Amino acid sequence: MSASMGQLALTALLCTPALGALLLAAIPRYRLAAAVNVSVCALTLASAAALYRHRPQPSLYLLVDDLNTVFLVVGALVGFSTSVFSAGYIAHELQTRRLKVQDLRFYHAMYQLLMFAMNLALVSNNIGLMWVAIELATLTTVMMVGIYRSKEALEAAWKYFILGSVGIALALFGTILVYLAAQEHLGQGMAAMAWDRLAASSAGFDPSLLNLAFVFLLLGYGTKVGLVPVHAWLPDAHAEGPTPISAVLSGLLLNVALFALLRFKLIIAGNSHVLAPGPMMVTMGLTSLLFAGFMLYRRRDIKRLFAYSSIEHMGIITLAFGLGGPLASFAGLLHMTMHSLTKSAIFFGVGYISQLEGTQRTADIRGLTHSQPLLGWLLVLSVVAIAGMPPFGIFTSEFLLVTSTFPRSPWLAIALVAGLLIAFSALALRLQGLAFGDTDKRHRLPAWRLAPMTLHLALVAAAGVYLPGPVVAWFRHVASQLG
Amino acid sequence: MSPLDSDIAHLLAGSMVLLSFLLLYQDRMFALLNVFAFHAFALAGSVAWQAYLQRAPHLFITALIALLFKGVIIPIALRRIVVRLGIHRSIETVVSIGPTMLFGIALVGLSIVVMLPVTQAEGPFVREDLAFALSVLLLGFLMMVTRRNAVSQVIGFMSLENGLVLAASGARGMPLVVEISVGFSVLIAFMVISIFLFRIRERFDTVDLQALDLSRGESS
Repeated sequence: MSASMGQLALTALLCTPALGALLLAAIPRYRLAAAVNVSVCALTLASAAALYRHRPQPSLYLLVDDLNTVFLVVGALVGFSTSVFSAGYIAHELQTRRLKVQDLRFYHAMYQLLMFAMNLALVSNNIGLMWVAIELATLTTVMMVGIYRSKEALEAAWKYFILGSVGIALALFGTILVYLAAQEHLGQGMAAMAWDRLAASSAGFDPSLLNLAFVFLLLGYGTKVGLVPVHAWLPDAHAEGPTPISAVLSGLLLNVALFALLRFKLIIAGNSHVLAPGPMMVTMGLTSLLFAGFMLYRRRDIKRLFAYSSIEHMGIITLAFGLGGPLASFAGLLHMTMHSLTKSAIFFGVGYISQLEGTQRTADIRGLTHSQPLLGWLLVLSVVAIAGMPPFGIFTSEFLLVTSTFPRSPWLAIALVAGLLIAFSALALRLQGLAFGDTDKRHRLPAWRLAPMTLHLALVAAAGVYLPGPVVAWFRHVASQLG
Repeated sequence: MSPLDSDIAHLLAGSMVLLSFLLLYQDRMFALLNVFAFHAFALAGSVAWQAYLQRAPHLFITALIALLFKGVIIPIALRRIVVRLGIHRSIETVVSIGPTMLFGIALVGLSIVVMLPVTQAEGPFVREDLAFALSVLLLGFLMMVTRRNAVSQVIGFMSLENGLVLAASGARGMPLVVEISVGFSVLIAFMVISIFLFRIRERFDTVDLQALDLSRGESS
């Protein structure tokens, strides 16, 4: 009974966005399209939530386990609230004629296609299928980043496209190497690409092939995660595309790429003769954290600022998973969830701010708490949250990570804390200029438009104060799997 | 497998590496497109030979895709784009040929040094095939790095993808899904790029990426 329910939910999870994309490509009217977009996302969220309770039977192609349900639920939630935000945001873009009505059919269809691709990447049990899905997700976001067709947008999209393709090519080569290592044991064909079988029998694989494969996979999917030194596309893509896409990029797509890396890390971890993948991930994560922390100081564009903050946080999460162990992996999972929610909330706020102020330059934005008190204070709170201050959830996860790092490698913990402090002070410095100071401007925004942002912040604050027992048990179980 | 069989396979895969070197230093658009067509032909031959050796008929489809799509349709389409954009007479200044070629040779050496010891367990056949494939891949990267012009970057990317298909066809019994998907992804990639090229052309009257590289969004 539960398995068939699960099968139904899984089918709904994949079919709803795919059909939604087709439907939305045919709807010319903006209001209707936005409403359909929101309801399709709501259905996807419902099916993701159903998968938490009911698990379908794993097949050679699709698999739902504890690990990907976390990513699915977080992804569907962020996808849903972003669609609500997008409705208000796009209405304004239409008024100011930055987007035309024709663009919207394309935009909405691409949005759902992106959701479909990400869900497929998460539930795929086949490493080839996962690769295809991530490639598809990348292509749809490339198209959306370039949607304004301004010079900067095209440059950003081109850069993203070229770097993304290079990354995806490296990842495919790594995937082929994993298959080669597997086919001697699992035989030729589909079975040697099914993740669950790979993970179960990786102990006998040729270790040198797996080593080489993981280097390619780390660089390849690491490009998508936005790890330094292959991060160059990320700030441009965040800054020049429509803000809902920045929110989805930061909140979802980076996670999906990280998820792919985790899947491969689990395969590698089953083989004791392979170089441990952990130290490589820790190095890349720490580099990203420190590099992005320093880069935060010189940003003059508000969306770029928070894009660098995403690099920083992806660095922290990669470091946590690379470090491994139940506590650090738990911290990594929690941090990933909290970062998705908080960062998308920030981009919701930033989207409205850049629309109301008519600029993305931080020097031209002042006194937000005066000009639009509700939005301004929400932004202050979310920046406080992303900087890792209590009582928000990010504080909890960073605290857990630091305390679990100290006994194991004190020097690493010191570097980690230094990175966190550097980023914190950069954000505090910027926030002061943005949120406070005198201004004559007064803006009004309908309160419902702030609902997604408020919801995310409330969740992050609640998680910081009290994590419900079932969630803790769930995350702890996943963390023990991650090793 | 007879020695002749593996000799032919090496000949075909090795010629792809050679053609990648040829791609590296072409500075005229049409010559570049012609060399790329040959690159795709060599890929098609190589994949077809693998299909014959492995008794894997589905690989013939991959070979056919390489032959028709990458070897014929794309070069013709790119040629039309080049003419329409009016860049067929321009000669692209590539980073000087000598260092590029030396670097390319170093990359081929690197891929052989990396791949051969790692794949000890595989048959001799798969090993060399993978070493060739990685060489083509790295040379494709090198081309993308040294070129400024958008069209030649696209060619660099496609030669890189050819290396991937070579690797995938060499891996015994790799499921068809992947090969077809590679073909499709190239198709999609190409469409995306061509759309971009047209828009870039419309807006800036150039497809030279250096002209696009002015703004980092923070110049003011």
